[in-house]
Amino acid sequence: MDSAILTLILLVPLAGAILVALLPDRGKSSAWLTLAITLATFGLTLHLPAHFDAAHPGFQFEVNKPWIENPAISYHVGVDGLSLWLVVLVGLLGPVGVLASWKAIQRREKIFYSMFLLQQTAMYGVFISLDLMVYYGFWELSLVPMAILIAMYGRKNGSAAATKFFLFTFIPSAPLLVAILYLYSRTGTFQFPDLRTDIAVGAVPAGALFWVALAFLFAFAVKVPVFPLHGWLADTFSEAPVALAMVVAGKLGLYSMLRFHVGLFPNQAHNIAPLLIALGVIGILYGACLALVQRDYWRFLAFAAMSHLGLITVGVYGFTLTGWTGATYQILNNELIDAALFVLLGALEIRYATSQIAAYGGLANRVPRLATLFVIVSLAMIGLPMLNGFIGEFLILSSTFTVSHGWAIAATLGVILSAAYMLWMVQRVFYGAESKLALDSPAHDLQLGEQLVLWPIAVLLLIMGVAPNLWLRTIETAPKPIVLQQARSATQLHVTLTSTSSREAQR
Amino acid sequence: MNQSLHLWLIPLLPFIGFLLNGLLGRRLPKTIVSAVALLAPLGSFLIVLLASRAVLPHAETYGTWISTASFNIDLTFVLDQPSLVMLLVITGVGFLIHIYSVGYMHSDEGYWRYFAYLNLFLFFMTTLVLAGNALLMFVGWEGVGLASYLLIGFWFQKNSAADAGKKAFIVNRIGDFGFLIGLFLLIANFGTLSFSDLAAKIAANPTMTGGILTAIALCLFVGAAGKSAQLPLYVWLPDAMEGPTPVSALIHAATMVTAGVYMVARTHFIFDRSPLALSVVAIIGAATALFAATIGLVQTDIKRVLAYSTVSQLGYMFLGCGVAAYSAAIFHLMTHAFFKALLFLAAGSVIHAMGGEQDMRKMGGLRTKTPITYWTMTAAVFAISGFPFLSAFFSKDAILAAAFASGSLGKLLWFVGLVTAGLTAFYMFRLWYLTFFGETRGHDAHPHESPWSMLGPLVILAILSIGGGWIGAGRFGAFLSPALGTETEELTGSLEYIMMALAVAAGFVGWLIAHRMYHQRSVAAQLAAPAPAGYNLLQNKYYVDEFYGLTIVRPLIYLSKYLLEWVVDVAILGGLAWILATLAVFSGAILQRWQSGNIRSYAAWLALGAAVLLYFVLAPHVFGAPSLHLGMAGH
Repeated sequence: MDSAILTLILLVPLAGAILVALLPDRGKSSAWLTLAITLATFGLTLHLPAHFDAAHPGFQFEVNKPWIENPAISYHVGVDGLSLWLVVLVGLLGPVGVLASWKAIQRREKIFYSMFLLQQTAMYGVFISLDLMVYYGFWELSLVPMAILIAMYGRKNGSAAATKFFLFTFIPSAPLLVAILYLYSRTGTFQFPDLRTDIAVGAVPAGALFWVALAFLFAFAVKVPVFPLHGWLADTFSEAPVALAMVVAGKLGLYSMLRFHVGLFPNQAHNIAPLLIALGVIGILYGACLALVQRDYWRFLAFAAMSHLGLITVGVYGFTLTGWTGATYQILNNELIDAALFVLLGALEIRYATSQIAAYGGLANRVPRLATLFVIVSLAMIGLPMLNGFIGEFLILSSTFTVSHGWAIAATLGVILSAAYMLWMVQRVFYGAESKLALDSPAHDLQLGEQLVLWPIAVLLLIMGVAPNLWLRTIETAPKPIVLQQARSATQLHVTLTSTSSREAQR
Repeated sequence: MNQSLHLWLIPLLPFIGFLLNGLLGRRLPKTIVSAVALLAPLGSFLIVLLASRAVLPHAETYGTWISTASFNIDLTFVLDQPSLVMLLVITGVGFLIHIYSVGYMHSDEGYWRYFAYLNLFLFFMTTLVLAGNALLMFVGWEGVGLASYLLIGFWFQKNSAADAGKKAFIVNRIGDFGFLIGLFLLIANFGTLSFSDLAAKIAANPTMTGGILTAIALCLFVGAAGKSAQLPLYVWLPDAMEGPTPVSALIHAATMVTAGVYMVARTHFIFDRSPLALSVVAIIGAATALFAATIGLVQTDIKRVLAYSTVSQLGYMFLGCGVAAYSAAIFHLMTHAFFKALLFLAAGSVIHAMGGEQDMRKMGGLRTKTPITYWTMTAAVFAISGFPFLSAFFSKDAILAAAFASGSLGKLLWFVGLVTAGLTAFYMFRLWYLTFFGETRGHDAHPHESPWSMLGPLVILAILSIGGGWIGAGRFGAFLSPALGTETEELTGSLEYIMMALAVAAGFVGWLIAHRMYHQRSVAAQLAAPAPAGYNLLQNKYYVDEFYGLTIVRPLIYLSKYLLEWVVDVAILGGLAWILATLAVFSGAILQRWQSGNIRSYAAWLALGAAVLLYFVLAPHVFGAPSLHLGMAGH
C-alpha cells in the first residue's frame, strides 16, 4: 500500500477526468461523480499523514522507476515534511471546490468537472514529483485547465483574463524548462536528490548556476505572485470560477520555491534572499493598501491574498528553521482561509449577483450564518490568536526579526492594515442599515451543502490554531538543504552545505 | 508537589457558556440562556475563591502549545498575588454585571448573542490574567479585543456602533503591533517568553540595564497604551460607549482596559531595569490623567463623562507603575473596578429610567424618582472624588504619595495628579447635580426605578466602593510584594498626612465649584450662558480625532488609491505588462486564434506545447548537449 499510494492519488483523479469526459452529462451526474472522486482521493491522501514516520527525515512513500531511458526520465515520486500536508490540502480542497461550483456552474458541466479533475491531478503531481522533468510536465499541465476554464466561465471578460493568466505564467516557464534541461546536460539527471548533491559538490559551474537559479525563481515568483509580478492575480480572481481561483495562487509557487529554489540552489537563494525579503515586505504593505481601496470584492480578495503571500515569501527567504516551518504551515493556513472566503463570497454572488462591495450592507440580520462564518474566517485571516493564521504569522515574523529588525517591523505593520481592510469589508457587507440589495432580494441563508463545507473548515481553523504541533511536528522533519549556524550577533547567518547525499543513501 | 487547583476550569467555564449560548442560544428560552450565562462566571468565581487559599505562587502546565527550533511556548497558568486580585475582580464584578444585564437587556432580541459574547470576554480575560508566558497573555489580550469589538458593535445595524467597534479593534492593533515587536525582541534576546524564566534570566544579570530592556519595555508599553487607552491611543474608548452600558461597565471600565496596567506590573522586572521606560510610563500616565479629565469637564453625554473619567483614572494607574509603585497601581485598579463599574451601572439605571436618554441636559431631579440609583451613585461619586475613608481615598493617595517620593520629576507628576483629582471631583459632582438635582428638564420622560436584578448589583458595588479601600489600606503592598517587589520609597509621618489633606482639599474644591455652578445657580441659565474661552476646544475633544483623520487615515486612502493603484499598479506595472504582452502577440499570430475562446485552438496549443517540450527533451540526446547552454555557459 505504502508504495502504491502516491500513484493511486495521481491516477484516481486522472481516471476520473477521463471518465467524466466520456460519460454522458445528465443533470448533476458529472458533479456527483466528481464529488465522489474527489472525496475518494481525499480519503487516499489521508493515508499519508496516518502512516508518515516523523522520526524518519527524507522522502517517504517513495517510488522510483525508470521511465524513459534516454533522456533519463524517471517516475520518481515521494513526500516529506514539506509536501505531506500540501498533498492532503489539495485533497481537502477537491470536494470543497466541487461543492463551491455546485450552483455556480450551470452549463457545460462535463467539461468543467473534467478539467477540474485534470487540474487536481496536476497539483498532486507538482507536490509529489521528484523528477524535474515530470515535475515540469505537471507544472505546465496545471496551467492549461485553469486558462481554459477562465476563458469559458469568465464573469465579464474571461478570455482577456485567461490570456493574461496564460502569458504571465506560461512565458516564465519557458526559461524554467531551459534551465532544467541545462542542469540535465551538465549532470545527466533530472532527479531532485541527485541534482541537489551534484550541485552541492560543484558539478555545475557557479556562473551558470546564477542564471539557472534565477530562471527557477522567476517562474515561481510569478506563480506566487511576488510583487511586482502580480499583474495576473486580480483579473484571474475576478474571472476564474471560484473552485479554481481558490487554488491558483500561493501554494504551487511557494512550495516550488522551498523545494527547488532554496532546496537546489541554497547559495544562490541565500544571495538573493535580501531582495526577496524586501519584495515580500513590499507585497505585504502594497497588497494591504490596495485591498483597502478596492470596490469589487474579488479584486479585494486578490490584493488581500497578495499581502498574505508576501509574508510567506519573507518566511521562505528569511533562511531560518523556524521561518521555514512557519512558512510551510502558513501556506496551509492561507489556502484554507482563502478557500473559505472564496466559498463565502461565491455564496454571496449566487444570492445577490454582484461583487460590488458598495451594493451590499446590513446583511447580518438576513443571513446570520453566512455572516458568522465570514467573521470567523476573517478573524483567522487577520491573525487572531487561537485561530490558525496567527501561528504561521508569529513564527515567520519572530524568526525574520532575528535576521532583520527593520524588515520584520515593516512586515508587522501588516497586522494593523489587515485588521483595517478586513473589518471594513465585514462592516460594509454585513453591518449598518439594510441596503436596497438586501431588502430587494430574498434572504437565503447558507444551505446544508455550503454549511457542510464551511463548518468543518472553521473547526479546522480553530484546531490548527490551538494545537499547531500536530502539524508542526511533521513539517519540521522536512530535511533542510542547508545547515544554519546562528552567529553570536544573531543577524549573521553562515550557510554551509550538508554533505548527506541521498543518492548514496539509496544505494 | 502541591495539589492541582484546576485553574484551567476558570477560563473553561465561560468558554462552555459561550459555546452553548453562541451555538444554541437563538433557539433557547431566555431563562436557560441567563442560567448558562450566569453560572459560568459564578462557577469561575467560586473556583478562584477556593484557589485563593492555596500557597502562592502556583503554576500549572498543561502541555506545549507551539514548539519550534528556536523557542517553545507552554500552556501554563500561574496563580500568584496579582493574578488572584485580578481574577477576583474579573469574576466577582463580572458576575454582578451579568446579573445586572439580565434586567438591562431583557427586551433585546440579541439577548442570547449578548451573553455569549460576555462569556467569551470572561474566557479571554481570565486567560490573559492567568497566562504564565507573554504569548499566552497575548492570546487573551487579542481575544478580549475581539470580545470588545463584538460588544461595542453589538447593535451593528447602527453604523456608528459598527464604526466604533472597528475603530476599537484597529487602534488596539496599533498597540498590539508594539506588543508583538516586544515579543520578538524577547525571543531574539532571551529565547523564551515565560515570565518566570525571563525574570530569572534578568535577575541573573544584575548589570543589565537600559539598552535592549528599554526597547522591550517601551514596545510592551505601546501595547499597554493601546489596550488601556492612554495617549495617544486613547481615542477608541470614548467611542466604545456605543455598546450596551453593562459592557461599558465590565469591559471598558472595570476589567479589560486595566489589562495594560496588569501587563506592566507583570513584566515589572523589565521596567525596573529601565529608568527611561519608567519615566515614559509615568509621564504618559500623568499627561493622560490630566488631558482626559479636562475633556470630561464639558461632556454632556453621561456615558462619555464616565469614559473620559476612565481614561483619566487609568492614567493614574500608569503614573503609579511609572514610579515603580506597582502594588499601588493594582490597588487603584481594584477600587476603580468597584466604583467605576458602579458609576456605569448606575448611569445605565438612569438611562433606563429616562427611556434611553443619555444627554444630561435633559435629565435632572431624579433623586426622588430613582432613590436607590441615586444613593448608590452618590456613594460612587464620593468614592472617586477621594472623599476620606472611601475606596479611592486610599488607592489614589498611595499613588500620589509614591509619585511625590520619587524625585524631582515625581513632584511635578504629583502636582499634575493633584490638579486632576480636583478636576475629577468637579466633573463627577457636575454629573451628580445635573442628573439628580433640580427640575426634570426632559419633556416626555416618566422616570421609574429599575428592577431589582439591576439594583442588587448596584447596592453590592456601593458597599465595595465605600469600604473597598479598607481591604488594602496599609496591607496591600505587603500582600503583593512577593510578586511585584517591595515599594521603593514611602512617605512617613507628617508629610504623609499633608499629602492626604491636600488631595482631599483638591476634591473639595472641585465639589464646591460644581456646587456653585450647577446647584446654586439655575442649570438652565448655566447651560444657556455663553461658552467661556477654550470651551469649544474641550467640547471638540482637542480635535484629536479630526487630526488623526487628516494626517493618517485620509493620506493612507489617497496614497493607496491614487499613487499605488492608479500610478503604480495600473499605469506602470500594467503598462509594462501590456508592452510585453504586445510583443508576445506580435511574435505569434496564434494568439489571435487563442483569444477567440475556441476549445479546439486550445487543444492545438496544448499539442504544440507538448511537441516543443518533446523536442527540447530529446534535443540533448539527438543534437548533442552543447547547443543548449551556449548562452549561459559563457562564464
